[in-house]
Amino acid sequence: MNWKRSLVAAAAVVPVVGLFYYGMGQDPKAIPSPLPGRPAPPFALNAMGTADTVRLADLKGQVVVLNFWASWCLACRSEHEVLREAAARYGPRGVRFYGVLYNDTPENGAAYIAEMGGQSYPTLLDPQTRTAIDYGLYGVPETFIIGPDGRVVYKQVGPVTPETFTRYVDPLLGKREAAR
Amino acid sequence: MSLAAALLALVAAVAPVQAGAPAQGAPPVAGATTARDSIIGEQVRQIASELRCPVCQGLSLQDSPSELAQQMRQVIRDQLEAGKTPEEVKAYFVSKYSEWILLEPAPRGANLMVYVLPVLLVVGGGAGLFVAARRWTRQPAPAGAPLPEDEAEEPETLP
Repeated sequence: MNWKRSLVAAAAVVPVVGLFYYGMGQDPKAIPSPLPGRPAPPFALNAMGTADTVRLADLKGQVVVLNFWASWCLACRSEHEVLREAAARYGPRGVRFYGVLYNDTPENGAAYIAEMGGQSYPTLLDPQTRTAIDYGLYGVPETFIIGPDGRVVYKQVGPVTPETFTRYVDPLLGKREAAR
Repeated sequence: MSLAAALLALVAAVAPVQAGAPAQGAPPVAGATTARDSIIGEQVRQIASELRCPVCQGLSLQDSPSELAQQMRQVIRDQLEAGKTPEEVKAYFVSKYSEWILLEPAPRGANLMVYVLPVLLVVGGGAGLFVAARRWTRQPAPAGAPLPEDEAEEPETLP
């Protein structure tokens, strides 16, 4: 048995196989976000269909759910019901829900909301996508959960699920409600 | 872009003629503006070609026709016009999208592997090939002479 040769071959092959194995386990489309843990980028956006401007700075002390969506986004349709239920459940507990329309016209956005049977919370307009880029967005839907201290707690890429809220919003409320 | 720059230069050249004599102070200002515009335009192209388009597969912001890439190029332009340096603009995008957004990772930490490994592989492979080639081109051993150690062991590994 030529053990020297086997050793050299193993030394060359094992790291490569290991690297491939690691690479296969990675999602090539996943983009790491540096935002969780950091202060949420401030914004001042017009709420669709109103003259109101919503400023993140005014929402300090509250848990904010910021959902970027578009009428042309199919995955947004599938999460709409989850968001509606979450807003009904967490809205009364003080969580503020906002949609942000991404690369879409207000007309299409309004038509989509009507088609989906309405939306209990406002949608903000981001005409130049500045806020979306500030949030490091690369597609819709993406949802940000912002804590009462104004920091991003969690970023959900893709549709939210009920677990997204029980896992990330409940603990924030627990802390806040306990502090009262 | 170069067409727009040429048009601007043309306008700058024609403007004083149209305005007549009192516009003597105007040309340098117009000239300075176009020069600054073309510098910024060049910087936008440079930065955009170093940043990855988030909605594409392996395209830079400069090469992507997507809406988001256009808007991000506009952000680059706005930040440069607001007086940020190209480094600061890139740092802004890294702070939003992480180092993933850089088409060429910064050569530090684990990223160094990307720069060092290919060199090591080429050098190591070249050395290995050199040694192997020397062995292959060696004079064949005369018949009856004992085989060199390596070849003598070879049959053992065969099934």
